[in-house]
Amino acid sequence: MSDPAVRALPAGADQTTADAASDDAATAVVSLYQKQQKIYPRSVQGLFSSWRWALVWVTQLVFYGLPWLQWNGRQALLFDLAARRFYIFGSVLYPQDFIYLTGLLVVSALSLFLFTAVAGRLWCGYACPQTVYTEMFMWIERRIEGDRVARMRLDAGPWNANKIWRKTAKQAAWISVALFTGFTFVGYFTPIRTLWAEAFTLGFGPWEWFWVNFYAFATYGNAGFMREQVCKYMCPYARFQSAMFDRDTLIIGYDVERGEPRGSRPRNSAIAPRERGLGDCINCGLCVQVCPTGIDIRNGLQYECIGCAACVDVCDDVMDKMNYPRGLVRYATQNALRQHYTRSDIVRHALRPRVLVYGSILATVAIALVVGMALRSPFRVDVVRDRASLARIVGEGEVENLYRLQIMNAAEQGQRYRVDVAGLPGLVLAAPIDVTLGAAEARWVTVALRMDAAAARSAGPGAHPMVFRVELRDDRGAGDWGAAQLEKSTFVIPR
Amino acid sequence: MSDFVSNGWSVFVAAATVLSLIACLVLLAIASRRKVIPNDPTTGHIWDEDLRELNNPLPRWWMGLFIITVLFAGAYLMLYPGLGSMAGSLSWSSAGQYDAEEKAARATMAPVYAKFAAMPAAALAKDAQAMGIGERLFLNNCSGCHGSDARGSKGFPDLTDNDWLWGGAPETIALTIAKGRTGMMPPMGAAVGNADDVKNVAQYVLSLSGSPHDSVAAQLGKAKFGACAACHGLDGKGNQALGAPNLTDKVWLHGWGEEAIVAQINNGKTNVMPAHEQRLSPEQIHVLAAYVWSKSNSGSGTAVAPKQ
Repeated sequence: MSDPAVRALPAGADQTTADAASDDAATAVVSLYQKQQKIYPRSVQGLFSSWRWALVWVTQLVFYGLPWLQWNGRQALLFDLAARRFYIFGSVLYPQDFIYLTGLLVVSALSLFLFTAVAGRLWCGYACPQTVYTEMFMWIERRIEGDRVARMRLDAGPWNANKIWRKTAKQAAWISVALFTGFTFVGYFTPIRTLWAEAFTLGFGPWEWFWVNFYAFATYGNAGFMREQVCKYMCPYARFQSAMFDRDTLIIGYDVERGEPRGSRPRNSAIAPRERGLGDCINCGLCVQVCPTGIDIRNGLQYECIGCAACVDVCDDVMDKMNYPRGLVRYATQNALRQHYTRSDIVRHALRPRVLVYGSILATVAIALVVGMALRSPFRVDVVRDRASLARIVGEGEVENLYRLQIMNAAEQGQRYRVDVAGLPGLVLAAPIDVTLGAAEARWVTVALRMDAAAARSAGPGAHPMVFRVELRDDRGAGDWGAAQLEKSTFVIPR
Repeated sequence: MSDFVSNGWSVFVAAATVLSLIACLVLLAIASRRKVIPNDPTTGHIWDEDLRELNNPLPRWWMGLFIITVLFAGAYLMLYPGLGSMAGSLSWSSAGQYDAEEKAARATMAPVYAKFAAMPAAALAKDAQAMGIGERLFLNNCSGCHGSDARGSKGFPDLTDNDWLWGGAPETIALTIAKGRTGMMPPMGAAVGNADDVKNVAQYVLSLSGSPHDSVAAQLGKAKFGACAACHGLDGKGNQALGAPNLTDKVWLHGWGEEAIVAQINNGKTNVMPAHEQRLSPEQIHVLAAYVWSKSNSGSGTAVAPKQ
């Protein structure tokens, strides 16, 4: 109700009054669907830019390089969807191991929460694929079309030979990078060396064709064209991270007190800016020109800001040239800017309940995940009872139940198992079970359990809980029986 | 659209679908432009006295995506069923897709089965691939009654004991799978005689397999066994042409002991094995019969625990 003369309607005002009021005011027609304003970010060098490039190198060396790594004569990292086996270096994961993926995702989410609460959009500014690929695509664009001003001039100019050549070269380079990215992505799911050979004969399967091209298209579209639109309109993380922000979270902040009033001034002048009635901001506009989302950081914290610190780098340069201290635009918290915190004040405020809670949950889940992985059994067992006949009488009143055990070898070596039962007196296997499985093989084994008539009479009719014990033979030792898996089931005695 | 009695509903659904799509576009057109007060970031809407709607325009490419979804819906409704009872120009149906996929799967397997068709059961029993296929066919089609170890249970014959109701040659097994069997024993109580006669016959039947029995009663029962001999034979060894079981072994399909045998004589029994020729192709039945045959014929490598 700050502007009641224009906006507020008297209580109980009817629609006619409202219509009349809006008709009386001068109106303009606007489109509610905004044309995308093309942003021409200026290139920037500096500390934070170097960090970003370092992370581009690290993440992309990992992404492009990992599928080529070999391990025990096979691809070190291969998610074989058709066979439902996920090879991660030494271990073979089954779909049943999805809990570890869940754990990994929970750890990732909690890490994001923690980083965001402490230092804002670190992920967005340095490591997010959207940022990383945009950075790569912009580098290509800059090499071919030049920096901001050259690009703007080229776009505004006529379609002459120079423009056609540069645009074609840029698109060709973008598409090549995108296709290689799509190829690498598919290489995680189908052996990349075979895929590489197939690439030369165009011998991909239909799904390989689809995913190579789809992932390439997504890379090309998002990094080449959508860019900041992804962060502004599509990314859910950009939206909900405001829940992790508070006044002690590091943001890219413009020091209003120090900068304002902004204004141009002669360089290396003997007169101090304050004597001119000016702050330290020389209003050069470079912070706006380098911004990949096209905002003016001097307007304060905005939802578009991805925390890339390009404006920090460029402003520090300007401050150096003006012989002013650095940090007019800097990593700071809202409280730090307002209450003139020192660096140690900021660090002290970083340890607040929100951060400690995120941190301790993260540590707990991470430890649980690592321990879970370390203690993971080298094989799995599932028990399925025969469905149609619960029990049968064999011989002279012996009760027999049938089960099918699926034994899954989750290791890269062959394994030998034996099966035993426990939990019910008189219950034995009808015949001993000794199973040998090849690497990463799974097999169904039919198991009959038997109980003699006397034991069945004393146990009484009904379904009795019992336990299958499947033991793995430890070939490293003296052929001892090692790790065991216990699986619960029931034994049915008929009336 | 058999769900509805008249095609009026189909027309109604089609009209509602088309109108909804058009309404989406109309809504988009109406909502795309708006009168606002210049230099004012709000749309002019006020609710609850002071709640104002800021004008945060969506990007235009988003509107493009919206239009694409409407176009997609139109194309989809042209190609696939969805617009009332219209079949769509591709004439797609889930049943048709199933048939096509099944046909493709059969075509893929045809060379494998062609190889097996020429092989006799004894050769198939030694072929690991054939036995793998046979085992999967058995588990999917037979194990529901005969158990996943093929040893059956009460009322469901054991397929591993080499005791056959209808014959154990591979061709006979294949016939049993394809056409099914109906084993029928009529109630024989009246034909045998009074209740004591029935008990005596039961004791005689027990004696045939050397089971514990009352030998006096068995001797008395032997005279009355003539009523049973028509099917089970004078020596009680059964008749595979009729599916009449051999009574001289210790296989008791419907239960062991005097009580069970008396009930069987008095009540009779009709036991059915359903036909599978509609579910399985002749080639599959050939492999499956060989698998079943291998269960009771040595040399298959399948260890069979002896049944006492």
